[in-house]
Amino acid sequence: MSTPTPTRTPTGAPEHLTGPGRGGVGDDAQRPDGVLKVRGEFAYGSDLWMEDMLWGVTVRSPHPYARIRSIDIGAALATPGVRAVLTADDVPGEKVYGLELADQPVLALDVVRHQGEPVALVAADHPETARLAASRIHVDYEVWEPITDARAALGHPTWNQVHDSAAEVTELSRENAHLHPQGNLVRHLKIRTGDPAPTADVVVVGEYEVGMQDQAFLGPESGLAVPAEDGGVELYVATQWLHVDQRQICSALALPPAKVRLTLAGVGGAFGGREDLSMHVHACLLALHTGKPVKMSYNREESFFGHVHRHPATMRYEHGATHDGQLIYVKASIYFDGGAYASSTPAVVGNGGTMGIGPYVVPNVHVDCYGAYTNNPPCGAMRGFGSVQTAFGYESQMDALAAELGMDPVELRCRNAMEEGSPTPTGQVIDSPAPVAELLRRLEAMPMPTRVDDGEVDLRDMPGGVSNTTHGEGVRRGVGYAVAYKNVAFSEGYDDYSTARVRLEVVGGEASATVHTAAAEVGQGLVTVEQQIARTELGVKQVTVHPKDTAVGSAGSTSASRQTYVTGGAVKAACEKVRAQVLARAERLVGRTVPDLRLAGGAVVSDAEDIAVPLVDVLGDEALEETVEWHHRPTEAIDPETGQGFAHVQYAFSAHRAVVDVDTELGLVKVVEMACTQDVGKAINPQAVLGQIQGGTAQGLGLAVMEEILLKDGKVRNPSFTDYLIPTILDMPPMRIEVLEYADPHAPYGLRGVGEAPNISSGPAVLAAIRAATGLPLTRVPVRPEHLTGL
Amino acid sequence: MRLICTVNGTQQQVDDVWEGESLLYVLRERMGLPGSKNACEQGECGSCTVLLDGLPVCACLVAAGQAEARQVETVEGMADGGALDPVQQAFLDAGAVQCGFCTPGLLVSTRDLLQRSGRPSDAETREALAGNLCRCTGYEKILDAVRLAADRLAQSGTGGHR
Repeated sequence: MSTPTPTRTPTGAPEHLTGPGRGGVGDDAQRPDGVLKVRGEFAYGSDLWMEDMLWGVTVRSPHPYARIRSIDIGAALATPGVRAVLTADDVPGEKVYGLELADQPVLALDVVRHQGEPVALVAADHPETARLAASRIHVDYEVWEPITDARAALGHPTWNQVHDSAAEVTELSRENAHLHPQGNLVRHLKIRTGDPAPTADVVVVGEYEVGMQDQAFLGPESGLAVPAEDGGVELYVATQWLHVDQRQICSALALPPAKVRLTLAGVGGAFGGREDLSMHVHACLLALHTGKPVKMSYNREESFFGHVHRHPATMRYEHGATHDGQLIYVKASIYFDGGAYASSTPAVVGNGGTMGIGPYVVPNVHVDCYGAYTNNPPCGAMRGFGSVQTAFGYESQMDALAAELGMDPVELRCRNAMEEGSPTPTGQVIDSPAPVAELLRRLEAMPMPTRVDDGEVDLRDMPGGVSNTTHGEGVRRGVGYAVAYKNVAFSEGYDDYSTARVRLEVVGGEASATVHTAAAEVGQGLVTVEQQIARTELGVKQVTVHPKDTAVGSAGSTSASRQTYVTGGAVKAACEKVRAQVLARAERLVGRTVPDLRLAGGAVVSDAEDIAVPLVDVLGDEALEETVEWHHRPTEAIDPETGQGFAHVQYAFSAHRAVVDVDTELGLVKVVEMACTQDVGKAINPQAVLGQIQGGTAQGLGLAVMEEILLKDGKVRNPSFTDYLIPTILDMPPMRIEVLEYADPHAPYGLRGVGEAPNISSGPAVLAAIRAATGLPLTRVPVRPEHLTGL
Repeated sequence: MRLICTVNGTQQQVDDVWEGESLLYVLRERMGLPGSKNACEQGECGSCTVLLDGLPVCACLVAAGQAEARQVETVEGMADGGALDPVQQAFLDAGAVQCGFCTPGLLVSTRDLLQRSGRPSDAETREALAGNLCRCTGYEKILDAVRLAADRLAQSGTGGHR
């Protein structure tokens, strides 16, 4: 049962505007797209349709690593109903693209580097015709042996060589071992702080592994490209960042931005998986080639090949502490398998490295964090972005250290917890609340789930459920805790901003605002937040959210828990400029300066003087509009040798307690309850905040016990929802949640990004609980039944 | 082939249906009813759940021809004109809709559950909705929505057994 008991602290939002029912900041305002969604009328990318449109499909490589000798498209082109078959030769502009490094072919050039790499495109008048034609394209491959291990790709034959010297990073000597001309290393991040050769009373060493997780958003990659009369193209697409898409599409099509216009189609979840291009350029190529609208919509199997995944990681940690549990040092070597192309691997390495020891104060830190190219599927952004993997490592270490010290694991964490004013391993001083210990103590104080013991066993409460695998025999309960932190918004000196255009005018006799941003709504509820901010700042009820498109400036990515902060900040700033105009007009109307004028209830009002001028009178026939590009305070690049620098603009903190029952005979796990505490600074929409915490918790639970893309020799063995399991409503237990609101003085309304932190602390808590139930070391997630049996 | 069936109370006739098409494809691409969703197209996610002669099925697993002369009810048929079904309203009020891709299937499944058992326990609800995947919500607010809808239907006397 969700029983939120928010602890409220002043955050700067005017109280008189945040009362219940007004739909402003702090309210459980309802989403503007909600009615369409429950009526089945909301147009997702895969629902788009135009008279006379064609269907596009992709031909993909069956091999993880191969050279293309030739491609024969003759039989495909001759198939009745087929309108186009395209290969790399048909890409008019740059033939490679990428978020951070342009290294990924739009369509395969000479070499394919992962299974599922796009090789050719077909457009036809029926999707089945297109698929049939695609099967008739003959590609002659010279198949090469794939490189499927990140450490092997970097030339480390053994695990233990790793952590001392970066000079040991060499490349494989065998043929075709250089996946890219620049070598197989995407990024190596170093953190060196304190004593390089520290000693400690107690030392704990552990090696950990995290499997490859999929975002598994339900709405497939999809969109519709429509050729325009000016030789350009309109693309309606489900995506996360319209402007970075536009930049890459323009480059591939050799068209200027004015001729590549994007509009956000309905997005069925994203979780990072839509930050890279999927069908975007392909659909545009087919549309421009055929002169017809082209729709592309992946099926689930193709979706598993059509987007990047969460990086698998292998990690080695060494923690040293005093006898009374004070951390002295942490050494860590972290390897992220980036797969065939860079995607956002450099930034994932940045997060994994800079936050790789967790929210703890440690004087001596030595971290090497690597991202490598391999022939596995490309990996990039997924909710938690580099921090999910390391949290399994550092939180497992904290439990191991507590056991070694004979200390309570929560006590050990609290003793070393960051707080406001603490230094991070990158030398940054945390300059806003960091209630790490409080989050843990509040979890401890929550009641534990009770077992109903009335002699009757309800199978539905048992691991294995109605499969009738146990009536309680062999079942052991365990409790585990974990805490995590995550940067909010883009880091390491990136100029991170959003653009908002706000218009205030009289519509139908009522003052009404329109908010126009390019910020992708992917389900999280940003459109609601945009309305709430405009209502609060402008004192109006009616707020329209303009369709998201590239007719306004970039909003940056819907990722890194950043949109409420950055686009919210932009909307707030644009509203403030509009408000200043309105108040100036009102003063001209009343003929004098009134110091406490403000906007409320559709009027310009003053408390000091008896003034209430309706906005309709102030505005008349005129529309007031302001566009603001809003930047969060700058961060800086970290030093390449020491990792020191003001890397991150804000941190989000959350903690979880997991209670599990484990059937130790069959290795089945039932998560009995999840409890979460999170500081959100200010809950702009408390209901949506809870939704983020609950959804993030579920994805973390999934990685702990079931979710993994299984690879063999670089090939995906389970590209379906039959074989790649995500939590169902039976797997997800009831939750207890406490939301704390300690304002960040640097952020709009004091808010803190919400979406990712609960995805990070959830899984390690589940793992700790399973460990507590079984007594097994459990160094790998997801935990499988065979890891848990034979006690 | 020609397909004739009743969808949301209206008889529909579609010509030139390829025999390999699913009921889901025909609803979405030939009848202009894209409310039923295409998340997995192999019967695992429940986002295409519709009622076929009153029983919930995954429309992606039903060959179009199997719907011949039968009654199909989709999410588009739930609201009564401008008035939402209480289950739809409860999903909105409880915050059970995020990206919304799973929502149509969950609404159809929930309506079916509440017609079979007016006030299901949480355990019953979890069993009934175990075939509907949601990736955004963690299911907590979906359970809230089901409880809310059940309460409202019981109070108004419009839920209960059929």
